[in-house]
Amino acid sequence: MREDPALYDYRAWDERLPIRWPDGARVAFWVAPNVEFYELDPPANPQRKAWPRPTPDIQGYGTRDYGNRVGHVRMMEVLDRHGVRGSVSLSVALCEHHPEIIDMCRERDWEFFSHGIYNTRYAYGMDEAQERAMIEDSVRTIAEHTGQRCAGYLASALTHTERTLDLFSEAGGLYTCDLFHDDQPTPVRVRSGKPFVSVPYSLELNDTIVYVVNRIEPRRYGEMIKQAFDRLYREGEQGGTVMCVPLHAYQVSHPHRIRAFEDALAYITGHPDVWVTTGREIAEYFVEHYYEQAVAKWGGRDSQDGGNGA
Amino acid sequence: MALEPSYLKYRRRRYGMDHDLYEWSMLSERAPIAWPNGARVALWVNLAVQFFPLNQSGKPFRPPGGMSTPYPDLRHYTLRDYGNRVGLFRCLEALDAAGITPTFSVNAAIAERYPQLLERLNRRGNEILASSWNMDSLHHGDMAIDDERELIGRSLSVLRAAVDQPVTGWLGPARSQSGNTPDLLAEAGISYMGDWINDDMPYPFATRHGELIALPLSLELDDQFIVQNNLHSEWEYADQVKDACDYLLAEAESTGSGRLLALSVHPWLMGQPHRIGALESALKHISGQPGIWSAPASEIVAAWSAQRA
Repeated sequence: MREDPALYDYRAWDERLPIRWPDGARVAFWVAPNVEFYELDPPANPQRKAWPRPTPDIQGYGTRDYGNRVGHVRMMEVLDRHGVRGSVSLSVALCEHHPEIIDMCRERDWEFFSHGIYNTRYAYGMDEAQERAMIEDSVRTIAEHTGQRCAGYLASALTHTERTLDLFSEAGGLYTCDLFHDDQPTPVRVRSGKPFVSVPYSLELNDTIVYVVNRIEPRRYGEMIKQAFDRLYREGEQGGTVMCVPLHAYQVSHPHRIRAFEDALAYITGHPDVWVTTGREIAEYFVEHYYEQAVAKWGGRDSQDGGNGA
Repeated sequence: MALEPSYLKYRRRRYGMDHDLYEWSMLSERAPIAWPNGARVALWVNLAVQFFPLNQSGKPFRPPGGMSTPYPDLRHYTLRDYGNRVGLFRCLEALDAAGITPTFSVNAAIAERYPQLLERLNRRGNEILASSWNMDSLHHGDMAIDDERELIGRSLSVLRAAVDQPVTGWLGPARSQSGNTPDLLAEAGISYMGDWINDDMPYPFATRHGELIALPLSLELDDQFIVQNNLHSEWEYADQVKDACDYLLAEAESTGSGRLLALSVHPWLMGQPHRIGALESALKHISGQPGIWSAPASEIVAAWSAQRA
């Protein structure tokens, strides 16, 4: 085990890159709906239980299933109303289970990125070949069912190994949502030596963290999103920022919650200097315009020379 | 180190669900439902009439709201018992004032312990649905089918003998089930259950003994979930109920299909003197909206069933 992940180097916020997003925008704003499938009776992982109750844990399972049966369309319609294309963090088995949802997202030109096969399968304990097979399966499934080359990764249930990002880069990936260390994109050091970046995803504004872990009131969640935006919009003048709101239709789309989110979304998209975009577009724009500069300044790619700061 | 190869096999990776309990179906794709008299939202207010035993086994898990200090946990026993003595009557006063019809989910142990309470509920004439024996008699996957059949049969026979109505609804303690529960409920003459929380409308379950209707009793909007689990204030609870009501009314309007507002209320919680005002406020808001149909749970199921293609 390592003392640190050895994926990126230190950089102080007041030394951030003077990023300008397209059309001079100060904030790149994206919404990442997690479109997930949880299994009722998954195989056991030695390091993490899938469900707290004996199988079938209908409460945990039903909570998630609500997102696909009821919540997805509500969330999608809210994003439609405010001109936001979702960047879908996808349990790729959902392509087989619920192709109707995939079709709805495709019609809207949403992005799909890999969130593993199922959100009840964890990387803990996988050897390299297993994790590679799982990642390649997810990239292939996205290509087959959506026609998209998968650019982004968020590990299923946020379960990682030391190799996860190396393997995803080798499978053709460009960016990760797994790191929460900054409000700007940063280069990530992977063994392929190919450009690879962290796109800020914000666990703190993730509706599941908000509702399940921090147990925050729905209207306050709306206020938190607005306050985060105000600050990132202001600071974006000195160097462009990224704001992400990660969602789960099984959380945000409940009748007592969806309006507060929509209010916040209307507030953000009502500002002029906001680039409403997707994870892939942020990663590509950053790689094209700022990646070399960032690597030259703070290091990043290529661990073959030992990297730096590790 | 590696995981078993089976960990990367996906046996049920296929169209639809990964089980055979019910069909995959998106709410937005279903035929519209019309409630009686042009109502937009059917309202099911479920009052939990519960018995939490002092000698709780806590197996296979501690029921939410159950005993949590070493035996004898007089604190939690009596806090829960407060609901049956005091809180329930405050909740009923609030419901009656708002003109809202309650449905009672009743642990069968109440029939033996507090027959006078059950008789009061029986005389009101509101619907009573079964909630197993007590809050510690959890239905779960590690349970033998014969034991579960006996538990369901005993609970239903005691409850049915004590009231003047057929008992056709079910809500399991902690909304917990085994893989056999739907079959056993249908076998015992139950026609609908509230345990599954994966929808905002009724939907059918397939069982070995015919169809069973799931009538989802929202957990995320449950008073115990919001106040006791999330630690939101009672007035935050009231706001969330009002927001849900307003949203469902609007969604019914925009989709042209009726919706269900299912409120799970625990008298031992919302019946406390500092909380009852918030419940009254929420109920008053709901009853003040045009387009609400307050009904017993089984009538909501019947109205929905009558419109199935």
